[in-house]
Amino acid sequence: MTAKVITITSGKGGVGKTTNAANIAAALALTGDKVVCIDGDIGLRNLDVVLGLENRIVYDLVDVVEGRCRLAQAMIKDKRIPDFFLIPAAQTRDKSAVSPSDMVNLCDQLRPDFDWIVIDCPAGIERGFRNALAPADLVLVITNPEISAVRDADRIIGLVEAEEKGPAKLILNRVSIDMVKRGDMLAADDVVDLLAIELIGIVPEDPNVLVSSNQGVPVVLNEKTKVGKAFRNIALRIKGEQVPFLDLDEKDNFFGRLGKVFRGANH
Amino acid sequence: MFRKKSTSAGSAKDRLQLVLIQDRTNLSALDLDQLKNEILEVLARYVDIDRRAVNISMEQDGREQRLRADIPLKAATRANRR
Repeated sequence: MTAKVITITSGKGGVGKTTNAANIAAALALTGDKVVCIDGDIGLRNLDVVLGLENRIVYDLVDVVEGRCRLAQAMIKDKRIPDFFLIPAAQTRDKSAVSPSDMVNLCDQLRPDFDWIVIDCPAGIERGFRNALAPADLVLVITNPEISAVRDADRIIGLVEAEEKGPAKLILNRVSIDMVKRGDMLAADDVVDLLAIELIGIVPEDPNVLVSSNQGVPVVLNEKTKVGKAFRNIALRIKGEQVPFLDLDEKDNFFGRLGKVFRGANH
Repeated sequence: MFRKKSTSAGSAKDRLQLVLIQDRTNLSALDLDQLKNEILEVLARYVDIDRRAVNISMEQDGREQRLRADIPLKAATRANRR
């Protein structure tokens, strides 16, 4: 095995980086690959709570870098998904505790034992971003169909190109098809026109994402949701498969329709 | 597709198109105006131009920017050829 490093970034905060990192990493592991995700947001760690692993942290990324523990001791193994691990960020330190070359060295140590290393990048374009970018083989830029998020995504794409880590690929997160149809939300085509990079995922707006993070269970584990399917499709595209984008307009799946029939009959 | 130009998504796209070009080139709308004026001043020293017919604009071509200038030249008349 020689792992590929996927860095998940966005520039702007709050667009869904951590949700995407958690779910794409989990979806890759669900395909049978061996995956470790690294929380790159030192001082503001979150990937642990989104994945529901917060109570199992003993050592963190900074402990590894500063030699207080062995790498294996900082890796938390997920009990729900085989071959899925998390290296949490330190909560009480800041981004300067780790350097870009520390991240390159860490990933080089992990590469032989994994198929994928997924790094959740902090918001912004400073040290934490440089740390997460340094070891990247593939950069995924997350944006929302929102004017400020698209602008920041463009800036990030430019920086990724300047560091010769491109071409980055795009994930458009939190798309509400009803708003797109009304003309009140940028469509995926518009965002691709503006940013001029390859689209690798369209993730629908879905309350299940919040429900899942409340429970600490990645939404990809929920087979019934369209958003889970969107993340599983992204994982397949990362692995080189040609998977068509979901039809977000097709509201009801078979079970949804069946449910309606039963609810109707009970009236 | 199913959208008229007057939708809020349409104005978001139009506004982003302009602001991304400014961000990528590090040229503000004011800088671009000044650039245009200076280009025209230089040209006017050599050729006769109709300023109102001039079109200088920044265009997006993939992730590259292109400054495109369309500058019709006035035909030299007998009087001003002299």
